[in-house]
Amino acid sequence: MSDERLHYDDAFLRDLLSRVRSIAVVGASAQPMRPSYFAMRYLQDKGYRMLPVNPRLAGETILGERVYESLSALPLVPDMVQIFRRSEEVPPVVEEAIRLGVQVVWMQLGVRHDEAARRAQEAGLTVVMDRCPKIEYGRLFGEIGRLGINRGIISAKRGQALQLRRRHGITFERR
Amino acid sequence: MSEPRDYGFETLAVHAGAAPDPVTGARAVPIYQTTSYVFDDVDQAASLFNLQQFGYIYSRLTNPTVAVLEERMAALEGGTGACATASGHAAQVVAFFNLLRPGDHLVASQKLYGGSINQMTHSYPQFGWQVTLVDPRDPENFRRATTERTKAYFIESASNPDGIVADIQRIADIAHEFGIPLVVDNTLPSPYLCQPFRWGADIVVHSLTKYLGGQGNSIGGVVVEAGRFDWFQNDKFPLMTEPCASYHGLRFAETFGTFAFTVRAKVMGLRDLGPCLSPMNAFLILQGIETLPLRMDRIVENADRVAEFLDSHPLVRWVSYPRLPKNRTPELEKYCPRGVGGVFTFGVKGGYEMGVKVVDHCELLSHVANIGDTRSLIIHPASTTHRQLTPEQQKAAGAGPEVVRLSIGIETVDDIIADLDRALHRAAKETGVLVTSS
Repeated sequence: MSDERLHYDDAFLRDLLSRVRSIAVVGASAQPMRPSYFAMRYLQDKGYRMLPVNPRLAGETILGERVYESLSALPLVPDMVQIFRRSEEVPPVVEEAIRLGVQVVWMQLGVRHDEAARRAQEAGLTVVMDRCPKIEYGRLFGEIGRLGINRGIISAKRGQALQLRRRHGITFERR
Repeated sequence: MSEPRDYGFETLAVHAGAAPDPVTGARAVPIYQTTSYVFDDVDQAASLFNLQQFGYIYSRLTNPTVAVLEERMAALEGGTGACATASGHAAQVVAFFNLLRPGDHLVASQKLYGGSINQMTHSYPQFGWQVTLVDPRDPENFRRATTERTKAYFIESASNPDGIVADIQRIADIAHEFGIPLVVDNTLPSPYLCQPFRWGADIVVHSLTKYLGGQGNSIGGVVVEAGRFDWFQNDKFPLMTEPCASYHGLRFAETFGTFAFTVRAKVMGLRDLGPCLSPMNAFLILQGIETLPLRMDRIVENADRVAEFLDSHPLVRWVSYPRLPKNRTPELEKYCPRGVGGVFTFGVKGGYEMGVKVVDHCELLSHVANIGDTRSLIIHPASTTHRQLTPEQQKAAGAGPEVVRLSIGIETVDDIIADLDRALHRAAKETGVLVTSS
């Protein structure tokens, strides 16, 4: 992994998180205190369809969703694949995502594979690496400020985050 | 909606962290004077307690007014997150509570505010934390004092009371050679005049009571995180990297990444030590921060004039103001080119008795144990703030018997000068110190 931290524009991430509806989580854990469970729990609450993928837990249920053994076994092609695996285990997941026609590959905080990312981008996929979608969602849509986290966003408009959600037609209320 | 780097410091000082209230449209930051927050249901409560949602549970941990202050401080320092505390002292304890376990060790500057030296040398050992104090003017002293158990270095960016600017970058480099973070108290210059994260510092702490609040009405502190330190680079920081028993095995550094230090400061430090900031104080400090750049410019301008006046005064032996031409150091030019604030010391002829009398005879300057007010303040450290120290420690901390400390405010500078001049002459008359031109 390169020492240089990757940069993504806020507008790019906001647009991406507003477009995506379904997210497959490769390396999903059933343990409530693991980061993948955190992310699934949070994003599910925000209205995303979360699809856990983990061969060791195939057939079990996490957060009310059945676990599948691979991306290919999923009942639908997810908009985005979120990867909770070690960086060196990323390439086969990316190849499968390309083959299935997934739009976005998102590698979790601490996960980065530049070569796999290049392959995915050449195949027309959008790639984010070394970021947590839960954190980025919380940052871009305001909630993370509740913890005193620097969102890097300034606005004199009232309820901007709420307006954005409505415009993109996603239900962000708790189900 | 622009990227954050487009905004200047003054804009951030007014806006960062705050937005019009989505419900009422209130433009000022609302004071959420509440202890607790209603949960939607049991399920949501559980996920909040598990830290799986970003939300409010209890104001000892998080509060919407306090969160605005925290985000603003993170923005002003260029950090990823911040945790506000009841005082600057509490900020130090909360920061080290993330790093040190019993038996661990800290290397700190011996040129710290006297209260910090008290805290570190007398109270930290109660937690089993050992502290070695070193002269920060030679950064290699930090290396020499480092042991296997050293978990951090601690310095003031500019020392209180004598305003000496530390070589932040060199000390940070040495800390990083050992795989440990540099913690910097940036109270004196404030983020307007010095930004330690630019020079490699990993954690910044502040007493918000001083220039940030700026009007002497509220005690507060903050811990700010740069978000760059790799907690997994070695096995020195199990509190950040190992499963936390009180959160069912959660690993802070793994789950919260670049703001893990901030999250742990709240959910362990504030939760278990308890030093949260009140929403009212957060509001008052936010009001102060909006005018920080304006006040600091005026304070430095006034301090320059007062220091120049004292430097040529026949009853003054020396002036330790870093911006006097003869006192300027490469560190000042590099880290604080626009000043270090209005706190500095001078030595009177006639020693302890004269120092006490000068303070007594001031009429405009207030005799208080504080700094960073709009009002000009004066104190004799050896008989007050640094009284608990040994004579050797007093001298090392720049607080010997003849030392008087000033914190210059925003009054008309000629009035500050006139008051000091009158007090010096009256004190000299009473103590029999002769006015000579030396």
